Amino acid sequence: MDALLSSLVSVAFHGVAYGMILYVISVGLSVTMGLMGFTNLAHGVFAMAGGYILVSALSRFDLPFPLALALSFVLVAAVSVVLERLLYARLYGASELEQVLFTIGLIFMSVAVARMIFGTLQQPVELPESLKGPLALFGREFPIYRVFLIVFSSSMIAVLWFGVERTLWGAMVRAAVDNRAMAQAIGINTKRLFTITFAVGSGLAGLGGALGAEIIAIQPTYPFEQLVYFLIVVSVGGMGSLRGPFVAALLIGVTDTACKYWLPQFGAFFIYVATIGLLLWRPAGLFGKSA
Amino acid sequence: MRIPASFCMTVAVLAMAWASPAAAQTVKIGLISSYSGPGAAQGDQVDKGVKLYMKLHADKLPPGVKVELITRDDTGPNGDVAKRVAQELIVRDKVQILTGVVWTPNMAAIAPLTAEAKVPFVSANASGAKVVGMSPYMTRLSFTLCQSAYPLGQWAAKKYKRAYSAVSDFAPGHEAEGCFVRGFKEGGGEVIGTVRIPLANPDFVPFMQRIKDAKPDALFAFNPAGKQATAMMKAYGDLGMDKANIKYLGTGDITTDEELQGMGDAALGVITVHHYSAAADRPANKAFVAAYKKEYGADLNPGFMVVGAWDAMDAIYTAIRAQGGKIDPDKTMEILTHYKSTTSPRGPVSVDPATRDVINPEYLREVRKVGGKLANVELETITNAIKDPLKEFEKK
Repeated sequence: MDALLSSLVSVAFHGVAYGMILYVISVGLSVTMGLMGFTNLAHGVFAMAGGYILVSALSRFDLPFPLALALSFVLVAAVSVVLERLLYARLYGASELEQVLFTIGLIFMSVAVARMIFGTLQQPVELPESLKGPLALFGREFPIYRVFLIVFSSSMIAVLWFGVERTLWGAMVRAAVDNRAMAQAIGINTKRLFTITFAVGSGLAGLGGALGAEIIAIQPTYPFEQLVYFLIVVSVGGMGSLRGPFVAALLIGVTDTACKYWLPQFGAFFIYVATIGLLLWRPAGLFGKSA
Repeated sequence: MRIPASFCMTVAVLAMAWASPAAAQTVKIGLISSYSGPGAAQGDQVDKGVKLYMKLHADKLPPGVKVELITRDDTGPNGDVAKRVAQELIVRDKVQILTGVVWTPNMAAIAPLTAEAKVPFVSANASGAKVVGMSPYMTRLSFTLCQSAYPLGQWAAKKYKRAYSAVSDFAPGHEAEGCFVRGFKEGGGEVIGTVRIPLANPDFVPFMQRIKDAKPDALFAFNPAGKQATAMMKAYGDLGMDKANIKYLGTGDITTDEELQGMGDAALGVITVHHYSAAADRPANKAFVAAYKKEYGADLNPGFMVVGAWDAMDAIYTAIRAQGGKIDPDKTMEILTHYKSTTSPRGPVSVDPATRDVINPEYLREVRKVGGKLANVELETITNAIKDPLKEFEKK
């Protein structure tokens, strides 16, 4: 009985931690795709860039970890403003196919550029000593970094939720996404609003890539390899919702971990079965607005 | 004005006809490797090994003989592409010898072409046990997984009673699992569980927690080197499995020299068996590593794939020298399959004429810090010459 209880505790913990990792790397996409409705498959590019910024800041410039995290947000957000003005803004009204083709093209270019600059090998993350190793809690050991991820991502979702649901900026974004013409008519500068929102979404992607770099290795094919996980989280969560992807990430994280722990022979495909099942049950996602 | 295609063709053919007498003593070697896609890191190692060897041995060719290297990209584990580029190399570029190939399925796809066109092929990496037997014109100077996994199992049984095996779920993983389990059981150990982990898997913690709760004395691991192996070792460290007295064992694939620095301290103390370590203090290896660092940068270490490519080229150069640059396919195979070297960076290496497969030395190593950097430190020589155990089992 003790053994069962203790394995339940560890499955719950690891599941939540894994869900947080999924959420952290997808959170930016829940803004650009979930909120702004732009099919941004190149999300992983921003996440990868954030990861590269973090590892370079830590290993080449010896910056402290919190500063490196902040840099990965700020730099990626700044670059994304340029990209948004030059490229993305032209495709806001375009069809999904055009957005997909455009962003896939961006991925190919970024993979080649990353390979040219950083080489093909994965980049090591040098965590501060205080975030390494196991932490004893309730008689079991939990990896400290994952505890940190759970705490950090929970605060991140809280801030984001507050920003979108409770501030004027959030209200304007929601209004502009629902009906851009009407929002403009009542005097909202939607162009500037979208630029800022896109920058926030991309910055979050960069932050997510940086936070997840310890667990999901940063190397040139990152945007392709992780794409399926971003899309699962956002589509299961539902478009146009911030809460959705969070709940979806937790749900997938916990069930996937439970399956890998108790039935490892099905570990390979459980996450996909769960996705298909959930989408059959609710095609618009858990919290999506049905069309 | 449009120039007819046939005219262009004629000019091209004439140009080739004129050019060819001058290049009569040029041996054309085709190198197939992964220059793009998910295996680009591995393909890069093979490419570097071949080119470094050629650069340093240009003066070791018979007078008047030149070697021309033609490279092609197979884009990763992709048999169709490998077959197509091999065909181009054989038919259009008229290469006389083929080498390279990171992936076993690619080597299998090329096998029928080498037999039909009688073009000798030397594997610089692809290591699936059976694939060499698929064409009489194929030989290998890399390794097979069983050569390290089987002796590791035998060695581990002397020190540990209960082992758990966790491998990546693809053909080499299954081969490694089978050979380790066989060796461990023959030595009197008990395998209390096996698990196969999907290749596309971002999180190893649930699997490792399961293993930790089963309380084995040793964990046998095999994944493709790099991010998979690193993620699994990190999960091992994060869960405190080292403190729970579970020893981490594996074939050398999980701590390759080129990736080791990126793995961080998670790799410290991991015990592996393999045929090559960049940290080995054999004089031939020291010279090799120094040449590699001089060419590609002081921070880089050559991994076993560089050595596989290096030795494949050494065998090919031996064949070129013995024939004075005039390549006859059957004679070349005869020389290649009797190849023997004591000056390889890995130590003594040779080819078994009966199976055309490589005979390797195997060393027991531990990951330690040497001068602040991680290294596979060789502790003892397990054997100086081991044939592929899988083929030996079948003979019995």
